[in-house]
Amino acid sequence: MKVEQNEQALLKGLANNDSRAIETIYKDNFNMVQAFVLNNNGSYDDARDIFQEAMIALYEKAQSESFVLTCQIKTYVYSICRRLWLKKLQQMGRFSNQVDNLDETIPVEEDLEIHQKRNAEFVIMERAMNSLGEPCKSLLEGYYLKKMGMQELAAEFGYTNADNAKNQKYKCLMRLKKLFFSQYNIGE
Amino acid sequence: MDDIQLLASIEKYLAGEMPPAEYAIFDALRKKTPEIDQMVVEHKLFLHQMDSYVAYQNIKHSLHEAHSKLLETGDLNEGGEVSTKVQVVQLWNRYKRVTAIAASVGGIIALVMSGLVAYFSPAVNGNQIQQLSKDIEIIKRNQQYQGSLINEVKSKIPTGVKVISGGSGFLIDPKGFIITNAHVLKGTSAIVVDSKGKEYTAAIIHIDLKKDLAILKINDEDFKSLKSLPYSIQKQNADLGDEIFTLGYPRNDIVYGVGYLSSKTGFNGDSLSYQIQISANPGNSGGPVLNNNGEVIGVLSTRQAQADGVSFAVKSKNIYEFVDELKESDTSIEKLKLPTHSAIRGVQRKQQIIKVADCVFNVKAFTQK
Repeated sequence: MKVEQNEQALLKGLANNDSRAIETIYKDNFNMVQAFVLNNNGSYDDARDIFQEAMIALYEKAQSESFVLTCQIKTYVYSICRRLWLKKLQQMGRFSNQVDNLDETIPVEEDLEIHQKRNAEFVIMERAMNSLGEPCKSLLEGYYLKKMGMQELAAEFGYTNADNAKNQKYKCLMRLKKLFFSQYNIGE
Repeated sequence: MDDIQLLASIEKYLAGEMPPAEYAIFDALRKKTPEIDQMVVEHKLFLHQMDSYVAYQNIKHSLHEAHSKLLETGDLNEGGEVSTKVQVVQLWNRYKRVTAIAASVGGIIALVMSGLVAYFSPAVNGNQIQQLSKDIEIIKRNQQYQGSLINEVKSKIPTGVKVISGGSGFLIDPKGFIITNAHVLKGTSAIVVDSKGKEYTAAIIHIDLKKDLAILKINDEDFKSLKSLPYSIQKQNADLGDEIFTLGYPRNDIVYGVGYLSSKTGFNGDSLSYQIQISANPGNSGGPVLNNNGEVIGVLSTRQAQADGVSFAVKSKNIYEFVDELKESDTSIEKLKLPTHSAIRGVQRKQQIIKVADCVFNVKAFTQK
């Protein structure tokens, strides 16, 4: 019971991007995933990428209100990582049959599908952002990512006043939207 | 320019930052113009995407930071160079639980072991209690001492046999039935020596290890039956504080000892025996414990090793039970009749001792080779 509550608290922390919760989950699970990836033709970097992707999947899951984890975090993370890594191995044509199959896993196909769809959206957004060019990219990042005020942005980018900065921001936003939707609609 | 204004309005509208009047106008405009409506929906979706993207970037950043931090503290290891300091910290962190568990297990085992030892050792009795029979070495010494006597009176101990154990015993029937402790009789045969040094051969009739009692029968022609025994054997339990005395053979001469009854139970609450305060030594085993009235209340059997003067005596009523049991199975002792009347009641102690001493024997058990 205590373990369950503890895990629920950790997931809540993760959903709120709480660094302590993230570190705890990281510490408790990373080595297991790393061992798995290393034992199955992977590198340290692969382990890190796979694990972080699984963490993001867990984060997305934890964010929905109705979410209840039906298994231990450990099992979930391991299942996701395992699935992701096997997929990657297949893509690289390096599939090995020696993947140890003794650990407890749960079916995560559905979750992974949702996660990958969202991932694709983020990739589109990222690509759109990157093709914006400066100063548009930094300006929008400042406003949306770093949550800076218009006044602050004006000072940072050297606009004479906040209104000018705001105007520029809208221009950039329109371009970003165009870039994003052109890709987004194709994607669909 | 127009587009920008429109976008600014839409953003304000979606963020809920519009004043109510303007909001109503915009709402109406939205309903009238499908293009604007489409733009609002589109922007809403975009903003949602943007939010998700921002959150995604943030969590990615957090994960990255967590990874770096844990690498630094040594909780993660990517196979790179690890400084020894970090390694020690890492080892400690990794194994502190194991260490704690190991230490606890060690502690528990130590406790359990000492507990078990403490629990089982009284059952073995260890050195806590000591039977008062004389062991071989003492007997050996006695035999050497006896060497001088042997010249005068031929010993009844057959030559070439080894005396194994010895103690005291006393008559319970004038015809030559002697009671003693079972642990006195470690050998297969026995002789008894009276207080004047005269030896008689005796047969071991029965041994009850549980009660620690044994019966011997003098079968020597030299033995002359007594008319009666001076003492009686008590059937009831004795009382605390009763003054008692004993006669026995811790050495080859009879020795008198005096004391009192200190408990109605024996060692560790053993209800078959009394605890008595009396100075007893190896060889006293099997001797009678009498009260002032000249009634035998018990058979002196053991003493507590660590305590001075704490001895134990098998209760006299066990003699009755023992004899009754025997009579059922052994017809040869049908004639045995335990004395129920003390002839030395109210007599001076010196006189009592003289009378009782005649009936107390030095018992020596040996094994025929």
